[in-house]
This record gives sequence, structure tokens and C-alpha cells, in this order.
Amino acid sequence: MQALEYVMKKTMYEKIWDSHLVVDEAGQAPLLYVDRHLMHEVTSPQAFEGLRLSGRKVRNPHSILATMDHCVPTKNRDLPIADPIAKKQIETMAENCRVNGLKLYDMTDPNNGVIHVVVPEHGFVHPGMVVVCGDSHTATHGAFGALAFGIGTSEVEHVMATQTLPQKKSKTMQVIVNGELSKYASAKDIALAITGKIGTAGGTGYVIEYTGSAIRELSMEGRMTLCNMAIEAGARAGLVAPDEKTYEYLKGREFAPSGQYWDQALAYWKSLPSDEGALFDATVTLEAADIAPQVSWGTSPEQVTGVDGVVPAPESFTDEIKRQACENALAYMGLTPNTKITDIAIDLVFIGSCTNGRIEDFRIAAEMAKGTKVANGVTAIAVPGSYHVKQQAEDEGLDKIFIDAGWEWRDPGCSMCLAMNGDELTKGQRSASTSNRNFEGRQGKGGRTHLVSPAMAAAAAAAGHFVDIRKL
Amino acid sequence: MEPYKKHESIAALLNRSNVDTDQIIPKQFLKKVERSGFGQHLFHDWRFNDDGSDNAEFELNKPAFKGAKILVAGDNFGCGSSREHAPWAIADYGFNTIISTSYADIFYNNCFKNGILAIRVDKEQLDKLMSEIAANEGVRFVVDLENQQITTPGGNGFSFEIDPFRKSNLLSGLDDIGLTLKHVDKIDQYEQQHKKNYPWLWA
Repeated sequence: MQALEYVMKKTMYEKIWDSHLVVDEAGQAPLLYVDRHLMHEVTSPQAFEGLRLSGRKVRNPHSILATMDHCVPTKNRDLPIADPIAKKQIETMAENCRVNGLKLYDMTDPNNGVIHVVVPEHGFVHPGMVVVCGDSHTATHGAFGALAFGIGTSEVEHVMATQTLPQKKSKTMQVIVNGELSKYASAKDIALAITGKIGTAGGTGYVIEYTGSAIRELSMEGRMTLCNMAIEAGARAGLVAPDEKTYEYLKGREFAPSGQYWDQALAYWKSLPSDEGALFDATVTLEAADIAPQVSWGTSPEQVTGVDGVVPAPESFTDEIKRQACENALAYMGLTPNTKITDIAIDLVFIGSCTNGRIEDFRIAAEMAKGTKVANGVTAIAVPGSYHVKQQAEDEGLDKIFIDAGWEWRDPGCSMCLAMNGDELTKGQRSASTSNRNFEGRQGKGGRTHLVSPAMAAAAAAAGHFVDIRKL
Repeated sequence: MEPYKKHESIAALLNRSNVDTDQIIPKQFLKKVERSGFGQHLFHDWRFNDDGSDNAEFELNKPAFKGAKILVAGDNFGCGSSREHAPWAIADYGFNTIISTSYADIFYNNCFKNGILAIRVDKEQLDKLMSEIAANEGVRFVVDLENQQITTPGGNGFSFEIDPFRKSNLLSGLDDIGLTLKHVDKIDQYEQQHKKNYPWLWA
């Protein structure tokens, strides 16, 4: 009897999976229903083309929300886009949304911004949903207890035509972060520490559920930062169980349930958290107090250490592949083993992206930047994740703090996270960046990226090198 | 999509791990609105020198690997972004088969949507294949999807596992969307129930 009860207990992932199964027959991939489909200009045009060529239509236009973020300029928005290919991509997006009757926040819309920042602002994603987007950082929306994952362009077309996706069920991994974070360690540091611990393939084949007291303490913004980087640990999706913070955040937003529906939705949301005693396929545990502010030193998000650490030597890795990866990374990054992280000088600081482009990120960065000056020879740019974030920051006077400290205060977009819009590093330049990937060339060919939290980035801007912000 | 047929081809060796999609197709090439023509930019930053000439040091520029359809690569191939431009570039360059120990999930899915067979092998098998290519660059392997078999002149062949659904789609070259739309009645039914269960999503 007890054993049977044990089998019946479900994780949150399993509950969402089960409630979205449309077809589950032997000999074919299960078909999963999709509630929300997010779009941007880079991964959608070929999907619309495919739809057009096959004479198919968008099945549920109301399930789609689109924005323009990857290619958009973050300054001189009023001027025409200089890059003709980017301009065509932007125009194609607008035309595709117009023809198919889709809601689009275009470049000039006051709601415009980075898709994964904009969507939560409007309450478009709720707990228990299945959410997809042609973008690996779709995992962000797992912060609401939604199963949200990135898909390819063929799948974008598939979802438009059928509102479903053939999917293979993932394994489940519980990442428990207990205890209290130290001062100035943030959700970003938890995300980097997890990737450092399990590696960029550690979560492959899994959906991660983040649990533990340190996770419950995170704000919704912090949970978004954390889930956003589930993909950096190889997991397609990350989840945090919804709680009072989630409901409080959603209440009153444009697309959140209202009136008679609120209580009904709330009752459903409260049924979602993993059952006590539900089994996960893997468990990883971290102590929050042990997590120092993190700095990546290599060309993969798993090549990361605490700010009080040093650049490792290749010989320190027993695994031959990791040893070789370290050697290659140090050559690309122009770093020598045993250099103190705090001795690494930087040329550019970028605060923004779907990882760290929300209001709380600019608040903490402004706190660090207040009364400082950007170091000689350093360029520092602050790129809000959306016009709403920008407006909120300006209402709080944060823009003035940045500008007084010598920062550039820009319009929203993906900007230097992937450097498609002209904001980029030149060869050999080194950045402190709040984005999510430090791959070779990600921020510009030959550019060298160090991933950090907003507080760490702002402190580095003033000092010209990394600083242990716990000692300030 | 072209049906995937048994074939013999040169196997090219890219002995690197964690090859990410930013390397496979750097972001400056993602602005096109077409699906075609990405092969010329495959591995751009590794493949070309700053002046645009071929980088002779880059593995795939070796004359022995010219015309290869099989790519043998290190662990966790295709990690990073969801860009389907990565498999488009790989296919457009001429590869239809990748052999590695592991792939990032999204990239793996994307391969099969584009007629690319991504084969998972264990570490020992991969090491043997890599050694055989290193010792004999230009060596040709046979890939037989129907029988799930790789054959090499050095005798390092083996059978491989593949999801039966992915296998049949590759072999037939069938369109995924067409297959799903066979279930349109079930999708309609599900949607009706969905409207009852979660009316606030349809309000």
C-alpha cells in the first residue's frame, strides 16, 4: 500500500507533462500541447516561410507574443537601422506578425524589450503552462512554475501549425540550495556555481527543479535569472514551484487571470508543486553560504570560480578533456594560470540581457556605481531589458547614477549578450558581462567575456578590474 | 526533406569537446530570413583567417576531409543557443551524419528536422573511430541507418541505437507537421477540454 502511494507522487514537471499530453501512443513521440509561444526576429522568419509554402495557418494566434530584440540598435533608435540585413529581418518580423494577426511589440512600442523580460512584465506566462520559443533562454519562465523551453525554427513552424510538439519526456533533477546567500551573492552566482559544479552537459536530458530555502528567498527576478541559465547547465528547462511571491507578481498584470477567473487559476496553481516525497532521477545539493560572487575565467560557462579564486592551471584537471579545454580557454582568453581573479583588468562592462536586465539588477548595480567613476580606459554600458525597466529605473533616478558615473544609458535589446546589433567587443578586448555565455566570439570575434553578476560588473567598472565586493 | 540513404563517405575528424552553436554558425550570419546558404559560414571564426583566407590549421580545411558527409566530433556537440542555423549550416556544407558521445538536447532535435543523423556512441567507440581517422585521413566509413550499423575499413564498426520514431522519419523523409496533423481530431478534442479546464487562458 505504501509502495503504491509512493509511485503516485509526482514532481511538478510530471504534473505539467501529464496535463498537456494530447497523444501518447506506442511507436511515436508523445505529442505535447503548447499554451504560449514567444517569438523574436531571428529564429522565426524561416518558420513563417515554411508555413506559407505549405499553405498552413497559425492555429492559435492569441497564444503568440512577439518582440524585436536581437538585432535592434540600443542607441539612435529614431534613425533607420544601418545594417541592411538586420533591417530586412526586422521588417520581415513586422510583416509576418501583421499578415498572421499576431501581437507584436515592435522597436518603437513602449512595451518593447528582450522577449524574456517583456513576457513576464505583462503576465503572459502563468504557472502550469507549457511555453516555447525559438530561443534557448526560454527556460527563464520556469521561474513561474511553467514548463518553458527553447526550440528550433522547424519546431516554431510545427507549433504555429499544430499548437503541439512531439517531445521526449525528460528526466528530472532536483537542485537543492539551502541556507542563506552571503551579502552580494545573487541568483546569478547560484546559476554560475551550479554550472561550475555539474558542467554544461550535467543537465542534458533533464528538467531541473530548483528547491531549498535559498531559492524560496529569491525574488521573482532572481528566480528568472536562475532558471534562465538552466540551459547553461545543459537542461532545457528549469522550474521553481509557484508560491505567494509568484501570485503576488502576477496579480493585476495585463494577461494574468482576473475577476472570476483569479480564484480558479490560483487553485490550479496551488496544485502544481511537486508532491512531498516525489522521486527525482538525480539530486544536486549546494550550500548557499558557500557561494562566493562568481567570475567565469574561460570560454564555457562551467569554467568559473569564486572572485577570491585564481585562474586554474590546466594540470589541475585530472580529466584529459577538461585539461585540454582549460588550455584552449586560457590561450583564447589571454590568461596565465594562478593569476588572481581580482588582478584581471577589463576594458568593457555590460549590464543587461535576459539574464540580468531587470529592475533589481539595475538597482544593485546602481548601488555599486553610486558616487564612483568608470575607470580610465573602460567603457561601461547599461542596457535595460525593456522600456518598462528603463522607465522604472529612470523613475527611481538610477539612470542619473549611471550617467554621473560615466556609464552609457541605452535603449533596450539583447545588445552585447550576443552582439548581433553592432554592440560588440573588438579583438582582444575583455568584458565583465552580466549575460549568460562566454563562448569564443560570442561578444565579437576575438572578444573575451567574463560572466558576472550586476553588482560584480558595476564594481569592476569603477575599479578597472574584478573586485571582491564582499570586502568593499 | 530528402530520405536518408545508406552511404559511404569520407569521415572528417573534429576532435574538440563542447563545440557550441556560436562556433558552428557565428551570430553575424543569423540575420538572413532564408533557410539556405549557411554552409559557406560553417565554423566561420575557426575556418577563416582575419583576411578571409582559409585557416590551414583548422581541421575541416584539410584536403583529405574535402567532400566528407560524416563528422566525427568530441563530447557535448552543439551546446548553447537553439539556433537551427547550426544544423542548416552543417547540412548545407554537406554533412548528413554526426558521430559523437553526446549532444545538447535542442541541437539534437534540430538535426533530425533537417535530415541529419546524429549518432550517439560510447567513449571507447568514439576513441577508436577518431584514432582510425587520425591514422588514415580521408578514410571512408559506411553508415547504414536501416540496419543501424557503422562499418569502417579498420574494423571499428558497430551497431548504434536510435529512437524508432526518429529513424522512420529520417528514412522516409516525412514532414513532422504532416504526421502531427493526422491527429488533428485529438488536438481539437484536447483544446475543447483545455478551454473547460483553464477558461482564463481563453478569456
